[in-house]
Amino acid sequence: MGSATGTAATSDGAGHATSGDPTGSDRRRGTGERLAKGLGWFSVGLGVPQVLAPGRMNRLIGVDDSRQNRAVMRAMGVRELAGAPGILDRPRPAGFLFARVAGDALDLAVLGAALRARGNVRARVAAAMAAVAGVTVLDVIASAKTSRSADPTTGGGAVRAQSAITVNRPPDEVYRFWRDVENLPRFMAHLESVHGQGDVRSHWVARAPAGATVEWDAEVVEDVPGSLIAWRSLDGAEVPNSGTVRLAPAPGGGATEVRVDLEYQAPLGAAGAAAARLFGEDPIQQVKDDLRRFKQVVETGDVVRSDGSPDGTRTQRQLHQREAQPLA
Amino acid sequence: MKANCWMGVHRVEVRDVPDPKILNDGDAIVRVTSTAICGSDLHLFDGYIPTMEKGDVLGHEFMGEVVEVGRGVTKLEVGDRVVVPFPIACGSCLACDRQLYSLCENSNPNAGMAEKAWGSSAAGIFGYSHMAGGYAGGQAEYVRVPFADVGPIVIEDDSLSDEQVLFLSDIFPTGYMGAELCDIQPGDTVAVWGAGPVGQFAAASAALLGAGRVVVIDRFPYRLRMAAEHAGAETLNYEEVDVREALRDLTAGRGPDACIDAVGMEAHHGSGPIHAYDKVKQGLRMETERAHALRQAITSCRNGGTVSIMGVYGGMVDKFPLGSLMNRSLTVKTGQCHVQRYMRPLLERVQNGEIDPTFVITHRMPLSDAPRGFDIFKRKQDDCMKVVLTA
Repeated sequence: MGSATGTAATSDGAGHATSGDPTGSDRRRGTGERLAKGLGWFSVGLGVPQVLAPGRMNRLIGVDDSRQNRAVMRAMGVRELAGAPGILDRPRPAGFLFARVAGDALDLAVLGAALRARGNVRARVAAAMAAVAGVTVLDVIASAKTSRSADPTTGGGAVRAQSAITVNRPPDEVYRFWRDVENLPRFMAHLESVHGQGDVRSHWVARAPAGATVEWDAEVVEDVPGSLIAWRSLDGAEVPNSGTVRLAPAPGGGATEVRVDLEYQAPLGAAGAAAARLFGEDPIQQVKDDLRRFKQVVETGDVVRSDGSPDGTRTQRQLHQREAQPLA
Repeated sequence: MKANCWMGVHRVEVRDVPDPKILNDGDAIVRVTSTAICGSDLHLFDGYIPTMEKGDVLGHEFMGEVVEVGRGVTKLEVGDRVVVPFPIACGSCLACDRQLYSLCENSNPNAGMAEKAWGSSAAGIFGYSHMAGGYAGGQAEYVRVPFADVGPIVIEDDSLSDEQVLFLSDIFPTGYMGAELCDIQPGDTVAVWGAGPVGQFAAASAALLGAGRVVVIDRFPYRLRMAAEHAGAETLNYEEVDVREALRDLTAGRGPDACIDAVGMEAHHGSGPIHAYDKVKQGLRMETERAHALRQAITSCRNGGTVSIMGVYGGMVDKFPLGSLMNRSLTVKTGQCHVQRYMRPLLERVQNGEIDPTFVITHRMPLSDAPRGFDIFKRKQDDCMKVVLTA
């Protein structure tokens, strides 16, 4: 796991916890966040005098200290102060930073008008514009960096996704179901088939975008009955990948805590990973959905279907529900 | 087949839709013989429950005849006469093990939607929005019933009419659970806000469970009369009396031992400006509930008493009297009814003649008249209490 700020974690009452962690982008994320924090404090430092002493600020940047200009200056200060908590308070303040960029554009437009208006000290206004332009550059850099680090699929295309769920069956039974690799396509939505080749090796076929398929061979590398299965693709796989499932008895007995950790190299590197995300293929959400289906299959014997979600739990489906009417 | 579909706010239409098919091995297909319009359907009708789609088949109170079963069904046979509970429950998860059927962990394929609104999801519900699973409902000629071995109860006694057993699907168990959650001690005073169908059954159940005194609060005289007649309740019309004062008088200053909210998110307030305040906030989606009844139930309850919330709420509320709740050691109990838990014992009470649930029915009409039924029920025209539709 990387730094705490790079981990998205949620949990729900069904004992479902998820986190996604990119590998290899910690350094870039760190600089983006340090810059963002600096800009947040800069907003405070600028906003306070704008609100409290708008007249002095007007004279500083060379505009006429009229009642109207004081109101404009004060309003800009309020805007600076409104955005600051959002930037300082959030682990990934990309949205608030983009708002800063928009604010910079507004400031430049206002100063541009001031430059043309009579009664202002042009040299001072021009200097203020240059300063704002400099800040704008920093804002753009910070928002780009923090928004990139919000994407768990960056870092050269290595994707890591973790999730957990509680299943109402004892660990041995959950282990046996998962250990039979041919069961995996019953709950892993993107798998078409997995065929065992002996006890250790298996052949996997997965669905890829546009009707294509991806195939690879994999082997079990660690196997502790009732508690752990780890696997990885063999050399030469188009999509190198590995995974671990850890099982532990849930408190109270009878149920099992299932924790899954998957990692794969996205096809076409970071660009491929970003493209997949664009089409709604969020790896964290996929693992979460897969585990929900796993629970359904182990506990009830089948993936649960409704009229609105006839394919069962799939986040993409939840965004585009058909009406709750029987299928034709 | 014909089905009553939600077509937008204040619009339902009986439309031709495809017949349901078996999608999971545990499904059954039921030919609906009787179905009802629930007060909570009005929250959908009025547009206060999010994630509805145009064309959704409504209805979560229904019964009928099994016409097809999936390969995995062992307890039902074609020809069985069944009443179907409104929450869909798998019978295998931890919640179902604990008989918390309306919290089934597997029956909502759209759990992710509910998680966004509520933190965690609850069970799927027939005909009750996509965040409750996106299941087609039972105001239709046929309906697909998932987990058919877990929910439906077979009615073997042919001497019982549809109308006597239909309400085992929702309102009778819901009212009963509302009273059961109050942990009623002999002689307790129980106050019930709302004299609609759930309030009627809550009041009648409180009496069955040993309450010394049941007080029902509403503003429609015909509804209050029904509660007096069938639950032996004392009644308060909140447009005529100050409810908190009146309850205090009735209990010599203590307040009721238990208070049941059988109203929910679209409460009406006796004071015009206060009602308008919440209505505007709700209309602007600054809150999802108008919780007048709940606020009053909390502030009226005796110190250390129990507030049982059975009215449906969807999201967020403001002006919530948390200080009254905390400082006076009140206990709040609530939940969508775990209907599967109550069907058999309540069926026995009907068979024993302890209660005849048909007393709430005021209107009967064919399924094709469902839109008219919604309209009459919504406007409380013609002393409407409960509309039963026959397919």
